[in-house]
Amino acid sequence: MKGSDVAVSALRKSFGNFEALKDVSLEIKKGEFFSLLGPSGCGKTTLLRVIAGFEDPDSGSVTIDGREVSGLPPDKRHCNTVFQNYALFPHLTVFENVAFPLRIKKVPSRLIKDQVRRHLALVQLEGHADKKPSQLSGGQKQRVAIARALINEPSVLLLDEPLSALDAKLRQHMLLELDAIHDQVGITFIYVTHDQSEALSVSDRIAIMDGGRVLQVGSPQQIYENPKSEFVARFIGDTNLFTGPVVERQGPIARVEAAGYGSLLVEANGEAPVGARVTVAVRPEKLRIAGSPPAANPEMNVFRGVVEEPVYSGFQTKYLVRSVPGAAGQAPGSSLVVFRQHAQWSEGVPDIRWKDEVYLSWSARDAVVVETDAPGHAAAVDRPAGTAAAEAGAAVRGGEPPDPEGRAR
Amino acid sequence: MSAKRNYGSLYAAPQGLWLLLFFAAPLVIIVAYSFMEKGLYGGVEPRLSLDAYRALANPSLLLVAFRTLLVSLVATVLTLIVALPCGYSIARSGNQSLRLFLVIVPFWTNFLVRIYAWIAILGNEGFLNDALRALGVVADPVQFLYNQWAVVLVLVYMYLPYAILPLFSTIDKFDFTLLEAARDLGATKLEALRLVLLPNIKGGLVTAILFTFIPIFGAYAVPLLVGGKDSYMLGNIIADQVTKTRNWPLAAAISMTVTVLTGLAALVFLFRSRKPAPQSVEEPAAPLGVAGTSAVPSGGAR
Ligand SMILES: Nc1ncnc2c1ncn2[C@@H]1O[C@H](COP(=O)(O)OP(=O)(O)OP(=O)(O)O)[C@@H](O)[C@H]1O
Ligand SMILES: [Mg+2]
Repeated sequence: MKGSDVAVSALRKSFGNFEALKDVSLEIKKGEFFSLLGPSGCGKTTLLRVIAGFEDPDSGSVTIDGREVSGLPPDKRHCNTVFQNYALFPHLTVFENVAFPLRIKKVPSRLIKDQVRRHLALVQLEGHADKKPSQLSGGQKQRVAIARALINEPSVLLLDEPLSALDAKLRQHMLLELDAIHDQVGITFIYVTHDQSEALSVSDRIAIMDGGRVLQVGSPQQIYENPKSEFVARFIGDTNLFTGPVVERQGPIARVEAAGYGSLLVEANGEAPVGARVTVAVRPEKLRIAGSPPAANPEMNVFRGVVEEPVYSGFQTKYLVRSVPGAAGQAPGSSLVVFRQHAQWSEGVPDIRWKDEVYLSWSARDAVVVETDAPGHAAAVDRPAGTAAAEAGAAVRGGEPPDPEGRAR
Repeated sequence: MSAKRNYGSLYAAPQGLWLLLFFAAPLVIIVAYSFMEKGLYGGVEPRLSLDAYRALANPSLLLVAFRTLLVSLVATVLTLIVALPCGYSIARSGNQSLRLFLVIVPFWTNFLVRIYAWIAILGNEGFLNDALRALGVVADPVQFLYNQWAVVLVLVYMYLPYAILPLFSTIDKFDFTLLEAARDLGATKLEALRLVLLPNIKGGLVTAILFTFIPIFGAYAVPLLVGGKDSYMLGNIIADQVTKTRNWPLAAAISMTVTVLTGLAALVFLFRSRKPAPQSVEEPAAPLGVAGTSAVPSGGAR
């Protein structure tokens, strides 16, 4: 592996009274495609700038390959950055932009020509060497920025939302290209994004950040299937959340008295003793929706309701199902979100429509405990329909179905 | 054919009149005078003559011309060296308006008064000498005034705002993440400023140079008041020809020559700086977009 490992520990950074990073620690492995994912303002850029050397941390350390680098200026670190706005030099041609780092190093002209050509080929820009940045499209500028950042052969590439200025189609395409470039050059990528589908689809590991802290680090599958906090569960994909006390344990199965939803079963691996208040999450695609009650099964949870908002998006339909009066334990307002894949096209079969009464069922094994003993989160149980709908829209715009398998790497 | 007539040129009439009266007419008069014979007690005799232009070849006049050029160049360069960091720091500071205000404040005081202020500072009985003597640095007053350096110093002071303002306005539009990008790519602070900032604020630099060099080249009051006999500039010679020697055609001929030369120089300068920086030598007959024949950058271009 050509890359470097990068470690930050106990990093703190304040701007005036505002703490942008609060005790951030991360270990990024050699050659990894590592994503920093979090809402706007959570400190992703700040963390990246500290690693690049543009900001000095108030305390804590940054090491690259075990060597402490805090205090070193950016030009003395073996990492290069792809800036969000590309930061191409407007007075230089594409060729000269990419050649810039080599010119600084006083590499002989002949070698420069060779290397620049190689890197322009890497990003498929061979024909554009003589253009000025103002004559390039957004995607081409992006490629120039990548070629320029790679030509110094850094051991770490830092990318700050490199695709955010591109339209959705091009973003998908560039993401795959980035992934291919990563495979080709084999160095460590630290990739900042607030787009969860980007992070899930290409990362080896993801760190979820919020409010200047790292909440969870893990593979896309771990983050998606086993969120360790309500924030992470909500931030990644759509999710159904329940809170309530554990009333009974039978082996790995816990019975939770979920407010508004009645008694539910969840597979909990020891982390939920009887009496603890837990938050449980179930992904919408784990729920089955049917017009008749499911066959009796001791590990099945069932919810009876009326379809409120079917949102058709081609490969799947998303339903918001609201509780019907009279179902055991269910409060009138409570609702669940469910995805139904359209695996086969079934014209004749009566589909599930608006105002249909349906049964939702899911296995205890598909539910996860995301928080234990978390007081003050009761409000999470009942999400207003508006929120759910808004998130449905976001998921559709994301362009990709949530990919529970992640990408095998 | 068009239904609506364009009255644009009519609206511009006042400006045209103004230019005609105060720019074109005097210029025509000066041109005319420069080709006439000198009158006995000033003024001109209305007879065509090239005497004035022949008199330009006078060695002492050429010496003053050369000195004027040298002083103007030195003062312009020094002005830029001071103005660049000023413009940069104003552009990057939080309270731009206050700082810009401070740059403009001296304009509220008359030009001559500010020159006399410098005499009060630099004179033998001036503040600076008083301070130096009080501190015991020198025993006798130092002669700061009435030499070439006093002229350069005061000229730099006078024309600094004219350089700071255009530099500030271009630096303010500059995208400072480009400097970070340059640092990130391996450039030191200085290399980043030289290779990325300077080429991108060329417009401001050109304006600053024109705004300082041209008026300094025509300086009159400053060398007269703080310079010595050996710091006479062309402006002083012209004034002397009008008021003392009473050779109006010669004064007109010098003026015309200076005007034409500075005008030409400014045009050439503007034209050259418009063109892209000579950073890459195009390979002749390299069809665009054919791999392998992309521009070959010249090694020594930087
Ligand atoms: N130079 C600065 N001065 C003051 N506050 C700053 C500065 N830079 C960042 N901040 C603050 O630090 C917080 C984190 O900023 P940061 O740019 O790291 O967010 P981010 O996670 O990259 O967000 P986004 O996704 O919107 O880019 C923000 O609240 C921001 O206002
Ligand atoms: Mg950011």
